Amino acid sequence: MLKINDLHARVENGTPILKGIDLEVKPGEVHAIMGPNGSGKSTLCQVLGGRDGYEVTSGTAEYLGEDLFALEPEERARAGLLLGFQYPVEIPGVKNIYLLKEAYNAQRKHRGEPEADTFQFLKLVREKLQMMQMDESFLHRAVNAGFSGGEKKRNEILQMLVLEPKLALLDETDSGLDIDALKIVSDGVNKLRSADRAIVLVTHYQRLLSYIEPDFVHVLSDGRIIKSGDKTLAEELERSGYLGIIEEAA
Amino acid sequence: MSANALSQHYAEQVRQIQDGLPPELPEWLAGRRRGAAQRFAAAGFPDPRQEEWKYTNVRPIATKPFATAEAVVAVSPETIAGLAFEGLDAYRMVFVDGRFRPELSDLEGLPEGVVVRSLSDMLGGEADRLEPLLGTLSHDRFSSFAAANMAFMSDGAVIMLGKGVRVERPLHLLLVGSAGSPAAWHHPRVLVQAAEESEVTIVEHYADLDGASGFTNTVTELRAEAGAQVRHYLVQDHADSAYHIGSVFVQQRRDSRVTSHNVNLGGRLVRHDLNIDLTEPGAEIELNGLFLVGGRQHVDTHTRVHHSSPNTTSREQYRGIGQGHGRGVFKGRVLVERGAQKTDAQQHSANLLLSPNAEIDTKPELEIYADDVKCAHGATVGQLDETSLYYLRSRGIGTEAARGMLVFAFADEVLERMELAPVRTSIERRLAARLPQAGVMEVFT
Ligand SMILES: Nc1ncnc2c1ncn2[C@@H]1O[C@H](COP(=O)(O)OP(=O)(O)OP(=O)(O)O)[C@@H](O)[C@H]1O
Ligand SMILES: [Mg+2]
Repeated sequence: MLKINDLHARVENGTPILKGIDLEVKPGEVHAIMGPNGSGKSTLCQVLGGRDGYEVTSGTAEYLGEDLFALEPEERARAGLLLGFQYPVEIPGVKNIYLLKEAYNAQRKHRGEPEADTFQFLKLVREKLQMMQMDESFLHRAVNAGFSGGEKKRNEILQMLVLEPKLALLDETDSGLDIDALKIVSDGVNKLRSADRAIVLVTHYQRLLSYIEPDFVHVLSDGRIIKSGDKTLAEELERSGYLGIIEEAA
Repeated sequence: MSANALSQHYAEQVRQIQDGLPPELPEWLAGRRRGAAQRFAAAGFPDPRQEEWKYTNVRPIATKPFATAEAVVAVSPETIAGLAFEGLDAYRMVFVDGRFRPELSDLEGLPEGVVVRSLSDMLGGEADRLEPLLGTLSHDRFSSFAAANMAFMSDGAVIMLGKGVRVERPLHLLLVGSAGSPAAWHHPRVLVQAAEESEVTIVEHYADLDGASGFTNTVTELRAEAGAQVRHYLVQDHADSAYHIGSVFVQQRRDSRVTSHNVNLGGRLVRHDLNIDLTEPGAEIELNGLFLVGGRQHVDTHTRVHHSSPNTTSREQYRGIGQGHGRGVFKGRVLVERGAQKTDAQQHSANLLLSPNAEIDTKPELEIYADDVKCAHGATVGQLDETSLYYLRSRGIGTEAARGMLVFAFADEVLERMELAPVRTSIERRLAARLPQAGVMEVFT
């Protein structure tokens, strides 16, 4: 599904941040990426999402057999690659419901399906809102504007539930969530799990991984994946921190 | 000598006023009009060397020989319905080329204690009731156009509310320009007198028949007495070939509340001056403004809020959008006098440039002589936020649609303050149609 090969990237004309990433994600899999602050986790997500301001200096990324870097951000999303932001963006004046509807219909159009009418669409969204235990009033508020940290993260997952991506890249969706919200968000993510979808979770906490069990855990340090393993690697990290693993890899 | 001194054409029109006012005109009015004609002749058209007109050169107006509209143009009720705001349940006064047209208007069912009549009608029989109202707030210190309006005054609307009278339905003043030839200038005047504790919503709406390229030079005088509440919509939706200059004078007394919504969509060369006087404690004004300039449009707005009494409040938010070769100007002056303690004045101007050839100048001007006040202002001119754009695209929304959503949202944050949903919706549609991403924005309207 996603195949990253020796990926190097830097901030445009700046210092290199990703220094040779290899990662393969197959349908049905859940991968967790962990690693110290500033190691390049969000950069990896944003490069995969297609954000301006980053420059891929070498390496490749193949998504569903296509060159990912040849696609515009909106084309990546329509092809089912969806990014959950570590810092969801506040957009005053654009109502949540408009964003959801535009995004949903853009995807349907891309697949050659007719646009959903308002009634059908509302029915679908209400269902998902309920899953996220969000009040309907969130639909009529501006996107993330004035949302609490946790509400923003729930809103990211709400979008995922509506858009049903093939590959969800969730950048610290668990940070800032209270214990109940963590459970709700995890349930939301688990609903997306299926044999033909894949999920990549960036997280700092083992706790999330007890709700969403990963098949693989990777440690990213200084722009490289220095160790991969199964879920027991996360438990090991929780006990002894990154230092040992970083030294071992050096 | 002004660079924009009157051409022969206009000098001749001034002479006609000076020598040829109808003898039945009351003395006080004839005097005011002759005086204004004289001042207009002396000042000429505003000159870009004057600070107040620095960004707006009215040469295109000064050099055109606008005629006085004489002919009565036939306009069908269907045409008027097409120009009116869909779904707006309102009393309606229609003016064509500056003249009241009773057959196109509907003032049926006005409550007791309210006078809504045309200026010409009032001047016919009850001119003296207007003596304290007409031309007593307006002045031409900042704009000689206000003097021209007084001198050449054609017709207009007179709205007088008695004490405690609330008018539930809004009053829609629809002023329409025709494509009459030669192009004419019109000088409508709107007088509003809201007595103590009265309440009314007035929609002053300028629009054009196809192909109009006339010049509307309008003056509005609005008095809100103690406790009165007035919502004033000023919607300028002229043809892109039309000219519009508007001066609004507001005087507010104790605990009165005025809301102003000033929207500019059309016009080739447009200038508004809004002069607000908060003369007694508790007076409060909210000023909301939005302008869109594209093509070769030029839209200039000057607001002047004068806090002359303690405990007065002003809340001002203006937004501008520039595209094509559009040119926008917003200048907001707030003057807080020495005695006006506890003044609360907030002003914000935000502007969006969508094209490298568009230009918007914004200039807040605070003059504060009191020490115990809360005053804040901010002004920005910028492009669409790249991060927001990326966020929307990362959800699968196309670049053009995402841009459209953001521009529209920017404008809508001003429009959403309007209480009249049909006016807002109608403006949203007109706005969407003027943006390049119009096609993708049905979703909003
Ligand atoms: N646009 C940018 N300009 C300059 N430096 C940047 C930019 N983006 C990322 N960096 C730098 O690249 C490094 C990696 O940042 P990144 O956000 O990917 O880290 P992270 O692993 O997600 O960290 P955290 O766990 O704190 O979220 C950091 O040192 C960061 O300061
Ligand atoms: Mg990060």
